[in-house]
Amino acid sequence: MTQMRTQPETVSPPGAETQPVIEMRDISITFGAVRALDGVSVRLFPGEVHALMGENGAGKSTLIKALTGVYTIDSGVITIGGEQHEFHSPAASQAAGISTVYQEVNLVPNLTVAENMLLGREPRRFGSINVREMNRRARRTLLHLGIDIDPRTVLDEHPIAVQQLVAIARAVDVEAKVLILDEPTSSLDADEVEKLFTVMRRLRDEGVAIVFVSHFLDQIYEIADRMTILRNGRLVEERMVADTTQLELVRLMIGRELEVLDRLDRAAPQTDAGSGTPLLKAVGLGRKNTLEATDLELFEGEVVGIAGLLGSGRTELARLLFGADTADSGELAVRSHRRRLRSPRHAIDRNIAFSSEDRKAEGVVGDLTVADNMLLALQASRGWLRPIPQATRTRLVKDYIEALDIRPADPNALMRNLSGGNQQKVLLARWLITEPEILILDEPTRGIDIGAKAQIQAKVAELAAQGLSVVFISAELEEVLRLSDRLVVMRDRRKIHEQTNDDVSVRDVLEIIAGEAREGETRA
Amino acid sequence: MSAITVPPSSDRASTWDRVRTYRPPNRYLPIIATAALFLGLFGVGGMRYDGLTDPQVLMSLLIDNAFLIVLGVGMTFVILTGGIDLSVGSVVALSTMIAAKTLELGWSPYASMAAVLATGTLLGLLMGLLIHYFDIQPFIATLAGLFLARGITYLISVESISIKDPTFTELAFRTVYIGDYYIRWTAIIALATVAVAAYVLARTRFGRTVYAIGGNEASAMLMGLRVAATKVGVYVISGFCAALAGLLFSLYILSGNSLHAIGMELDAIAAVVIGGTLLTGGRGYVLGSLLGVLVLGIIKTLISFDGTLSSYWIRIITGVLLLAFVIVQRFATRRRA
Repeated sequence: MTQMRTQPETVSPPGAETQPVIEMRDISITFGAVRALDGVSVRLFPGEVHALMGENGAGKSTLIKALTGVYTIDSGVITIGGEQHEFHSPAASQAAGISTVYQEVNLVPNLTVAENMLLGREPRRFGSINVREMNRRARRTLLHLGIDIDPRTVLDEHPIAVQQLVAIARAVDVEAKVLILDEPTSSLDADEVEKLFTVMRRLRDEGVAIVFVSHFLDQIYEIADRMTILRNGRLVEERMVADTTQLELVRLMIGRELEVLDRLDRAAPQTDAGSGTPLLKAVGLGRKNTLEATDLELFEGEVVGIAGLLGSGRTELARLLFGADTADSGELAVRSHRRRLRSPRHAIDRNIAFSSEDRKAEGVVGDLTVADNMLLALQASRGWLRPIPQATRTRLVKDYIEALDIRPADPNALMRNLSGGNQQKVLLARWLITEPEILILDEPTRGIDIGAKAQIQAKVAELAAQGLSVVFISAELEEVLRLSDRLVVMRDRRKIHEQTNDDVSVRDVLEIIAGEAREGETRA
Repeated sequence: MSAITVPPSSDRASTWDRVRTYRPPNRYLPIIATAALFLGLFGVGGMRYDGLTDPQVLMSLLIDNAFLIVLGVGMTFVILTGGIDLSVGSVVALSTMIAAKTLELGWSPYASMAAVLATGTLLGLLMGLLIHYFDIQPFIATLAGLFLARGITYLISVESISIKDPTFTELAFRTVYIGDYYIRWTAIIALATVAVAAYVLARTRFGRTVYAIGGNEASAMLMGLRVAATKVGVYVISGFCAALAGLLFSLYILSGNSLHAIGMELDAIAAVVIGGTLLTGGRGYVLGSLLGVLVLGIIKTLISFDGTLSSYWIRIITGVLLLAFVIVQRFATRRRA
């Protein structure tokens, strides 16, 4: 009945015969002193897949939450079908025809598919739920979407992908005008993504406006018609996907870092990569749905920079190297001894240290003091039976507060009262105190001020010069290029490129990530 | 085996195949296990001891455990949402005391019953409000309820008060004959409670919301379900059931005593768990809890039939069974994950 789509039926150009279903104009949202959204405008047309693009902190999720009524907007206008609306609750947004499917499936695992689709609005007869009618209605909706499962089966008997589809079916059952899919593909494999896309196309052809968030560029190019690109809470541009090369897109998302950082005198690469035995060697390291088999070598005193967009597999690789996740394929050797890192504990025993990208959740213990936070890893590696002598504690903490210029320089200050940059320095100190041979830093400079950023970068360079091996991961390409001896580029959960960092420019890396060394404007 | 009736069908081979390869859905496995255990115990007992196979034993089992069945029903609601209610044993004691005391003061038996049910329901409501609106862990809130109810019982009287009201004694001893066998009203009330609860859980929005909260409370909230009302509601139901169980218990024992039903909340929890309800919530049936009570009851009966074993063996066997069922559930849920 629905004929296969060959070309996106040219999406109505702005202002033409079709009216947008939803128009958000000059939306601003402020949290405390932070402007999460600053005058952003987005238009959604019926029958289009609209991609919301941007790196972490660009404001995508804030925008979605403004639309779904989770956050109240400070200024700006939301119009639906020409009528102005204000959402103060998720229920109000849903009533206006906006349905959302979140990254983690928000269904109930222990009930059947049909129950999940119709919970809260079950067909009833004389006050009791009409199970037969409920199953029939669920089956009809599922069939309509081309999802072939028995609505009477319990939800958690199905793989995540199918559960995701059921969540969409629930959203569709309320006759949504707008369907928001917030990273629905992050835990799906290729076949499952294809299934999801089939359903999305079908809904689009029926005139539903779909907002799609994904970090996988290939998926955006496969499914989306139009996109809105955000950066740092601001609107960068609205574009037709077909008119935008991947290179342009990546550049728009990352933007130019115009800030002037102290140029670090980068010492020439200390090691010729490939000589001697690597300190750390991963062969075919991978994990299902997380990272494809990846090789990586790390030599003594070397900084390996890992570049890639969010979701490219950069963090996943770091977690496998540290044993925070367990690899299900491949081998890892530390000093040519094969190692299975089943837990971070194993990694710490092998002198590997890892500073997570998620400072708040996986690093900082806010209610402990700076000194306690610093000594956590050392104490853990010694075991609780061998306390660190008070004199050593005091000396270590004092040394590192000075070395990293942590402010306030008070070992007894509570960690949560420190600024992001200073917290990051404390976390760095936490791992340096354990005297690691390998230091894995995942986004150590995210969200911190320029001064602290420069200090952390300088410290990393200094440590590498002293023989520490570092894996440095950052979304900021300038930073990765400035610090690393060797460069690894990742995309779509696999390593796509590796080279010695001699005069690699940001533009080169962007082209590698975009996957097409195409001739573009030379303006960088 | 082939107890499954299959509609006549033209393709015999596939029908046979369907019978042969029939596997009940995973969610019914725990309840089937409990039923098998009950039948097994009953069968083994029947072979060893004469007289145990008498259907009257089954009837007596229901009569002797009527109050525990009702407690188990209320507890099932609470545990299905992922909560726990430790107060029910004390509420049973308080109920017997209120009944005995009000009757002693000359209240009409019906007013006395109403007072008992109202008190239990109100206590449940209070704990439910505390748990939901002040975000207090169910364990703590109902532990407070446990002490409070027991304390009030002592406050009313430290002495045992016997119940002599004719309506009560009439209700307690009146029997209903089914063929040659008899059953008491208390057991019928208990079975009716099970039936109503089973209907509510399976066929009403309230019931489905109970399961949804146990499955994933955050999701239930995002789906726009009435989470607050339902969460408070299960404690109200549990409080009401505890009061009703208290009435049945006072009919069984015909006295009000502050030492009644000490630790009975734990028997109720054990019965619910043995009946296949997951302590983390979301999975289980009241019918399972009924079977759980019957399993505990038959163990008691077997030991008294034997006569050589001391009664503490009841506790030991209950403990072992509880452990075994929790481990079995752990495996059953892990496989699914």
